[in-house]
Amino acid sequence: MKRKSLLVLLTLILAFGTVLAACGSKNEGTGNTDTGSASEGNGLAKDQILKINLSAEPPTLDPAQAKDSQTNTVLKFLYEGLVRIDADGKEAPGVAKDWTISEDGLKYVFNLNPDAKWSNGDAITAEDFVRSWERALKPETASPYAYQLYYIKGAEGYNLSKDETYKGTKITDFSQVGVKATDEHTLEVTLENPTPYFLGLTAFYTYYPVHASADTNDKFFTDYKNMIVNGPFVMDQYAKGQKIVVKKNDGYHAAADIKLAQIDMSLTNSSASELQAYKSGQLDYTGAPNGEIPSDQIPSVKAELPDEFKATGIASTYYYQFNVNEAPFNNVKIRKAFAMAIQRQLIVDKVTQGGQIPAFGFVPPGIRGENGEFRDEHKDDYFTENVDEAKKLLAEGMKEEGYTTLPAVTLIYNTSDGHAKIALAVADMWKQNLGVDVKTENQEWGVFLENRQNQNFQVARAGWSADYNDPYNFLEMWTTGNTNNDSKFSNEQYDKDVKETVKSADPAARMAAFADAEKILIQDEMGVMPIYYYTNVSLTKPYLKGVQLDFSGAIDFTRAYLEEK
Amino acid sequence: MEFHIYPDFFVCAPIFLIILEISDKWIGLYFCLILQSICIQNIVCGGVQGLVKYVLKKLLFMLLSLFILASLTFFLMKAIPGDPFTAEKKLSPEIRALLEVKYGLDKPMYEQYLKYMGGILKGDFGVSMRYLNQDVTDMITQTFTASLKLGIFAILISIVVGVLLGLLAAVYHRKLIDDVTMVVAVIGIAVPSFLLASLLQYVFAFKLGWFNVMGFDGPLDYVLPVAALSASPIAFIARLTRSSMLEVLHADYIKTAKAKGLKWPAIMFKHVVRNGILPVVTYVGPMTANIITGSVVIEQIFNIGGIGKVFVESITNRDYTMIMGITIFYGILLMLARFLTDIAYVLIDPRIKLESRKGA
Repeated sequence: MKRKSLLVLLTLILAFGTVLAACGSKNEGTGNTDTGSASEGNGLAKDQILKINLSAEPPTLDPAQAKDSQTNTVLKFLYEGLVRIDADGKEAPGVAKDWTISEDGLKYVFNLNPDAKWSNGDAITAEDFVRSWERALKPETASPYAYQLYYIKGAEGYNLSKDETYKGTKITDFSQVGVKATDEHTLEVTLENPTPYFLGLTAFYTYYPVHASADTNDKFFTDYKNMIVNGPFVMDQYAKGQKIVVKKNDGYHAAADIKLAQIDMSLTNSSASELQAYKSGQLDYTGAPNGEIPSDQIPSVKAELPDEFKATGIASTYYYQFNVNEAPFNNVKIRKAFAMAIQRQLIVDKVTQGGQIPAFGFVPPGIRGENGEFRDEHKDDYFTENVDEAKKLLAEGMKEEGYTTLPAVTLIYNTSDGHAKIALAVADMWKQNLGVDVKTENQEWGVFLENRQNQNFQVARAGWSADYNDPYNFLEMWTTGNTNNDSKFSNEQYDKDVKETVKSADPAARMAAFADAEKILIQDEMGVMPIYYYTNVSLTKPYLKGVQLDFSGAIDFTRAYLEEK
Repeated sequence: MEFHIYPDFFVCAPIFLIILEISDKWIGLYFCLILQSICIQNIVCGGVQGLVKYVLKKLLFMLLSLFILASLTFFLMKAIPGDPFTAEKKLSPEIRALLEVKYGLDKPMYEQYLKYMGGILKGDFGVSMRYLNQDVTDMITQTFTASLKLGIFAILISIVVGVLLGLLAAVYHRKLIDDVTMVVAVIGIAVPSFLLASLLQYVFAFKLGWFNVMGFDGPLDYVLPVAALSASPIAFIARLTRSSMLEVLHADYIKTAKAKGLKWPAIMFKHVVRNGILPVVTYVGPMTANIITGSVVIEQIFNIGGIGKVFVESITNRDYTMIMGITIFYGILLMLARFLTDIAYVLIDPRIKLESRKGA
């Protein structure tokens, strides 16, 4: 313990003292043996120790149970799927060294890299994947993201085999599910429908392989010292609520690509502390997705550290949803009036201040379309902000419903500074532009979700982020009866359009159907009121390079490295 | 007549906060029941004779209080909207059903209650519903260790510095030292710890760079959080010590001691301090419990993986088993602290006889 703290102190002195730093930069490259790969590059810092913060402790390190961005960040250190997403957002070889996809898009054959090993030296076999996916799909596992595997033939029927309400064909024998190990290093996957984004999905954590001993050892994922993993890093230290440390896995098949020797993750949920720690050099990166820069600090941070400040668009949408069964929002004209009567540019410029993009559609930028991005191919010009038009629509809507005065409206949001500011701004715009008084009410997270998910609201805040790169991820949820459809939006043509995209293998037809569905959701029905597309607001030290942010805002530090300061 | 409301209040405070947000009626209910349990305890406690019997009775009623505390928390916790599986991206009903079976949440409430209480009797606090497969007992042990390490230093410093300041102020009554000490004490009590913690962090860690902004690795990392934690107790103890010392200093038996020609240090330590320290002892019990149960705010600001932070998070996450585990653990700690205070009181002040409680 004592030596550890001394080391930390020394590192800090090295980082701070200019004299000492100058000494360090002589870098004879002999003293340090475990950063062998690091000393090859020019200008690489001697100590490849990355310091980041997670604003919440990962609830689990079991890939089958993961569901949040903190866990995602840590699992990327410890695990690797069949493919990984590279710096350009493309699928690159992971455990699989290459793969073939059949003509009809239904059959995938993955050839595993024979050099890929578990951290205890065992080889990773195709059978490991079969067993891990079976584990994720087993009803007893109750994996929250099991549905991410439903694209595989029979996976849904197997996962729901104990569910009495499930109407599809139930499967109790896993050998009938479309995943087979044809030999030690060949994995054959058969899909239910052609799924253009399936390859990218195999980089997602629910698809990660899990070592065989996890099946028999209850404490596999909590016994941090002995956790067997297959990623670029292995667990080194885990102090509850305090910090997590991972070290480079020298047995990783692409160890030469990994320059970091160690990653220290502190676990504070105070964004103010996090920012100060960053500024004083105790952290190399701060902000989204694992933390947040307080919104009132953004202007000063932008001015103070312009080269370190970054606002990157990510595939997430911030929106308000109407309860379409609750007066007055059962009237489409009133919904449209409310949506048209706010100034989104003003909100992103003056309130959120993180370079967010005003949203007039639901599918965010970053989501793939036919060739490029869906949002570029199908513009979100479904409506415009127009106060006069909004007033007219409101008057018409009220007439249709026979109101002389609009029923009282309450907007609910979960307790947070940022949401409160947006809610007040929006309510103020409604007051100014429509002359409507809207009450804003903040609720504790659990209470808020309970109310929203049980339709105990009129207007509610919501945000949706991408789990996979396809418009389906954003549009499926508004189909009739979907569990996430808190608006209770329902439209026959919409359901038909979305359903069509599942069966179709023709990318052009799929995207056209998505665009048609989105037009119904926003332009025709205004079931939800888009406000902006999220950005990841972060600060990166100038000497930290190679951090990858994917389309969804998930962050990958595995290929990062530190340059000489 | 002794009046112990604060320890129970500390246990309940975080729960109160949540309940405050949800509904006012619950507060009333909770308050009534707690007051009731205190009353029962005080009435029945009277009339016990002998230290052993006294201790046994106390322990018995501690168990009863714990039982009431656990039961109340159990049902109130379930009354809070939402459950451990509530999330922005809703679980499919099938998965939710599976999880409910896994954690026994599909059973009727009374059955869950009986099962949980049965588990506690066997010492089984279950596994966390948020941190998968983590034993609640393990989590409590690990995080409490951090809070305890910090707390012990804070307590020692509070007592030593507080008593010294109080003594100085009393001895130099109405002199500059007295005035300065008391002004500092008022500030110490008035400034909330989160403000002080942020301020210390900003000045000494961020601006001057003497300490780490956050973390809990080396000895240096203790300085700021301990300072923030002990500021208010120091101030309180200093004021308590000063006023009670002043009272003693003006008592007749001090005059007698002086008249008999006793030396000043002898008077000070034999008479003044021994008598004047009593109120401080009363305060130290609850203070100890309060400090070692972890300060949420300070743990958050300095990133200390303590139990206070975990407790508040467990409520936000509706981590039922964790809420119960920590509540019971806090309950035991606070009752023990109170109990030890009572015993210490008896040992220090021979005037307090156990029998005298009869009429109290």
